[in-house]
Amino acid sequence: MKAAVIVSPGSNCDRDVQVALRQSAGADPIMHWHGDPDLPYVDLIVVPGGFSYGDYLRAGAMAAHSPVIREVVARANKGVPVLGICNGFQILTECGLLPGVLMRNAGLKFICRDVDLRVEAADTVFTRAYVNGQIIRIPVAHNEGNYFADEDTLNRLDGDNRVAFRYCTPDGEVIARANPNGASRNIAGILNEARNVLGMMPHPERLADAALGGTDGRPMFDSLVEALAAAA
Amino acid sequence: MSGITPEIVAEHGLTPDEYDRVLKIMGRAPNLTELGIFSVMWSEHCSYKSSKVWLKKLPTEAPWVICGPGENAGVIDIGGGKACIFKMESHNHPSFIEPYQGAATGVGGILRDVFTMGARPVANMNALRFGSPDHPKTRHLVDGVVAGIGGYGNCMGIPTVGGETNFDPSYNGNILVNAMTVGIADADKIFYSAAAGIGNPVVYVGSKTGRDGIHGATMASAEFDDDSEEKRPTVQVGDPFTEKLLLEACLELMATDAIVAIQDMGAAGLTSSSVEMSDKGGVGIEFDLDLVPVREEAMTPYEIMLSESQERMLMVLKPGREDMARAIFEKWELDFAVIGTVTDTNRLVLKAGGEVVCDIPVPPLVAEAPEYERPWERTPTSPVLSADDALNGIDMSATDALSAMMASPDLCSRRWVWEQYDHMVMGDTVQRPGGDAAVVRVHGTNRGLAITTDCTPRYCVADPVDGGRQAVAEAWRNLTAAGAKPLAITDNMNFGNPERPEIMGQFAGCIEGMAEACRALDFPVVSGNVSLYNETSGAGILPTPAIGGVGLIEDVTANMVSPRFADAEEDIVLIGDTAGHLGRSLLLRQFADRDDGAPPPVDLAAERRNGDFVRSLIRAGSVTACHDLSDGGLLVALAEMALAGGIGAKLAETPDGLPALAWWFGEDQARYVVTTNAAEALLAEAQAANVPARLVGRTGGTVLTLADGNSIPLTDLRNAHENWLPEYMAAS
Repeated sequence: MKAAVIVSPGSNCDRDVQVALRQSAGADPIMHWHGDPDLPYVDLIVVPGGFSYGDYLRAGAMAAHSPVIREVVARANKGVPVLGICNGFQILTECGLLPGVLMRNAGLKFICRDVDLRVEAADTVFTRAYVNGQIIRIPVAHNEGNYFADEDTLNRLDGDNRVAFRYCTPDGEVIARANPNGASRNIAGILNEARNVLGMMPHPERLADAALGGTDGRPMFDSLVEALAAAA
Repeated sequence: MSGITPEIVAEHGLTPDEYDRVLKIMGRAPNLTELGIFSVMWSEHCSYKSSKVWLKKLPTEAPWVICGPGENAGVIDIGGGKACIFKMESHNHPSFIEPYQGAATGVGGILRDVFTMGARPVANMNALRFGSPDHPKTRHLVDGVVAGIGGYGNCMGIPTVGGETNFDPSYNGNILVNAMTVGIADADKIFYSAAAGIGNPVVYVGSKTGRDGIHGATMASAEFDDDSEEKRPTVQVGDPFTEKLLLEACLELMATDAIVAIQDMGAAGLTSSSVEMSDKGGVGIEFDLDLVPVREEAMTPYEIMLSESQERMLMVLKPGREDMARAIFEKWELDFAVIGTVTDTNRLVLKAGGEVVCDIPVPPLVAEAPEYERPWERTPTSPVLSADDALNGIDMSATDALSAMMASPDLCSRRWVWEQYDHMVMGDTVQRPGGDAAVVRVHGTNRGLAITTDCTPRYCVADPVDGGRQAVAEAWRNLTAAGAKPLAITDNMNFGNPERPEIMGQFAGCIEGMAEACRALDFPVVSGNVSLYNETSGAGILPTPAIGGVGLIEDVTANMVSPRFADAEEDIVLIGDTAGHLGRSLLLRQFADRDDGAPPPVDLAAERRNGDFVRSLIRAGSVTACHDLSDGGLLVALAEMALAGGIGAKLAETPDGLPALAWWFGEDQARYVVTTNAAEALLAEAQAANVPARLVGRTGGTVLTLADGNSIPLTDLRNAHENWLPEYMAAS
C-alpha cells in the first residue's frame, strides 16, 4: 500500500499518522506538502489533524482551498480512499467531500480525552478489521468537533448506513452523556456516498501502540493495509 | 537628540545612581533610544540585579550537564546521542491583566527559548497559582489562563503533559503562571547565541515588529514623540500558528550548517537579543533599522528596539547562505530580512534613515549592569507543633476527613484543567497528567523523560530554607516514583518586592535550602527565571520557588511504574518514616483553619537513601505501583492510587503511640507508597538497606476500608474528587 499524508502549515498530527501507517504497512507514507499540486499516485490519502492555517477564519476553511486539496477531491471522486482525522475531517467537510459542518464544542472548551465509540459501519476499507457494534476506545482532542447537518442530511446518512462511528458509553449506549461535544446523533465519523471517504473526529493513530495505553486504533490502519495491499 | 530629564530617567525605572553609570559608560548624555536600551537591559527582568548574588550559590554542574544557566535554556546529556533542553519561565504580570494572552504568550516564549537551541519541543508543563476560590477574579483568571495555555500548546502540536494548580489568598492580586518546555536535540547539534564572524549577516525572521509590549512606564510620557497617540501600551498577542511555522522553519534551517548563532526575541525584543549575542561573542553588531520588517507605519528606533512582538528570532548566518535560508523561511510564509552585520567594534550601532541613532559600547552595558546586595532578614522560625496540639479541636474519623479533603480546592482532581490541554499529540506520552511525573518517550526509542513541577509555598513562607529543600526534594521524589533517575532542574523564583528585607530573606532562605538539596541529591540547576515584585498594595505572595525537574527512564516498558493500583490482592508498603507532622499541613488548614507551626523537616540523607531504594525496586521489577507522599499525607496518597486504578484496599491498623489522624494525614517527607507481590522480600531488603518500611494494607475490592471499621466506596470518593473543580468553574 502506498499512502500519502497531506502536510499543511499547521498540521501537527502528520508524524503520528506516519508512525501508525508505518507500523501497519511496514513502509513509510509519502509526506506531501500542501503547496505542491503534483500528488504522486497513491492508494490512500490521509488528511491529518492539527490546526491548518491556525484554524483562522474557520477550522479547515483555508486548507480546503490549498492547491493539493483540489487534487485530493479529484482522486476521491475517482475512488481513491481518503481518510480525514480531526482537522482533516473539518477540511473534508469544508471542501465538500463530506456533508455537514463541525461546530464549536457544546461545552466551548477544547477536549482531550479517551472516548468510547460504537462501530456502525464495518463494511469499508477503513473499518473492515472491526465488527459492527464493537465498542472501541480512542482519544479525541479538538475545539470544533460538534458535528451538525440538517435533518434531511442526517436521515440520509443514517438511511445509507454512512455513520461510521458514534460516541457511546463503555457499554455501547448511544446517549447524550456519552457525547463529548454535542454532535448531532452522537456522530463521531461519517462516510461519503461511495464509502471511500471517511472523516472522523477521534484520533485512531493515538491509540495504536500498547505503550500509549491502548491499541483500539490500530485495526483501522490494519484494515487499510489489508484492503489496499492488492493495489500496491 | 538630547533633553533627557530626570523625569524621563525615572520613568524608565533607572535610579539617579544608575543613570550616572550610564553617563560614565557613554561619555555623554544618551539619546532616548539609548536610554531605553539601558533601561530594559538593566531592568530587574533582564539583569537579575537583585537576585544574581544569590543565584550564584546554586550548584549548576554535573557530569551530564552540557550547558547550565546563562543560555536560552539548560542542556543535559540523556545518552543515545541526544540532549534534553529545558527551562521554566514566568508570565505572571501579563496573565493577571489579560489571562488568555498572558498565559498563551508565556507558553510561546518558553517554547522559543527551547527550540532556539536546536531542540524539537516534546512536552510542556506548567505551575499555576491562583487566589482564593472565593475571590471574585479567580474563576475568570483560571478560565483564561487554562484556555490560553491550551490554545497555544494545542495549536503548536506539543503536548501539555502536566503541572500543578493551586489556590491561596496570597495570590489574589498576583497570580503565577510559570510555563516549562522540554525539548530534545542531537547532543552534537546544540545552537548557542554567541555571535561570531566579522562581516557575517545578521538576520531577522518570524513575525513583523509592532508596537506591542513596549514598556508601559516609558510609553506614558507624551514628551517622547509628536505622535503620542501612537504610543499606547498594548498587551502582547500570541500567534501560535506563526510560532509553529517558525519552529518548523528554524529546525529545517538548523539541519543545514548555515547558522552561526541564534537567539529568540523575548523580553526586551531586539534589544536584549542583539546585546546578548554580541556580548557573548565579544563582537559588535550594526543594524539598519529601516530593514526591520514592521507591522505599523512610522515606528521610531525606540519602538523597534523595545517592542516585544512575539514569534521573532535573530540569527547570525555564515556568509553566502542567505538565499538558501531565505527560501526556507519563504516556504513557511515567514518574514526574512538581513538587517545588519557582525562588526569588530564591540558596539551596538543602529542606523535609521541613513543616520546613526544609537551607539553603545556593549561590554560595559552588560558587565557594568547594576548588581545589588539588598538587605535581607532571616525569616523567624515557627515552633514545631505536636500532633496533639495540632489535632486539638479536630474530632472526626479519618474517612470523613479524607472525603472532605479529596473534594477540596487543594486536592481535588485537576482533570478539568488538563483535559483542555492536548496531552497526547506527538504520540509519545506514556504517562499522562494526573500522576506523580508525566513521562514522554524519546521518539523512536523506549527511553523516557520524566517531568514534574513542584513547590509547596505554605512551607516556604514558614521556613524558606526547609521549603526550598522540600521543593527540590519533592521534584526528585516525583521523578523517582515513576522509576526515573532525576537529572536536573529548572527553577522559577516567584517572590514579592526585593526591596523589602523580609522578602529578600525569603529569597535567600529558599536559595540556601534549594542549593543544599540540589547538592545532596545530585540534581543541579541548569536554567531558571526570577520574577520579583509579585505584590499588590504591600502584600506579597507566598514565596514560590517553583521547581521543574527532569529525569530519565532507560526503558519505559520495563522500568516505569505509575501511581495506579495495578491489581487486586497486592500488598501495600509505606517506605520512609512517619512522625505524624501536622504543622502547615492541609489537614490543619482545612479543619482548624490554621496555617501555623514549622513545616515538615527535610532530611536530605533520608530522601536520598529512601529514593534510591525505591528506584532500585522499580528497576528490579519488584513493585507494581508507586506514589510519592506529599500534600495530605498517606491516606490521600492511598486514595489517589485507588482511584487511579479503580481498585480499593483494606488498610492495616495504625501504629501505637500516634494519633490516627496524624498517621494518615501527617506530611512527613521522604516517603513513598509502593505495591508489591513479594512484600516479605521487599521488607527484608528495606531492612538491609536501613530504609524504614511497613506493611499498611492490601489492595482489592472497590471500597477503601480502614481497620477502625470505617470505609468509603470508590465511587463516592471519585464523585467528590472529580466534581469540585468543574462545579466551581460552572458556577457564576
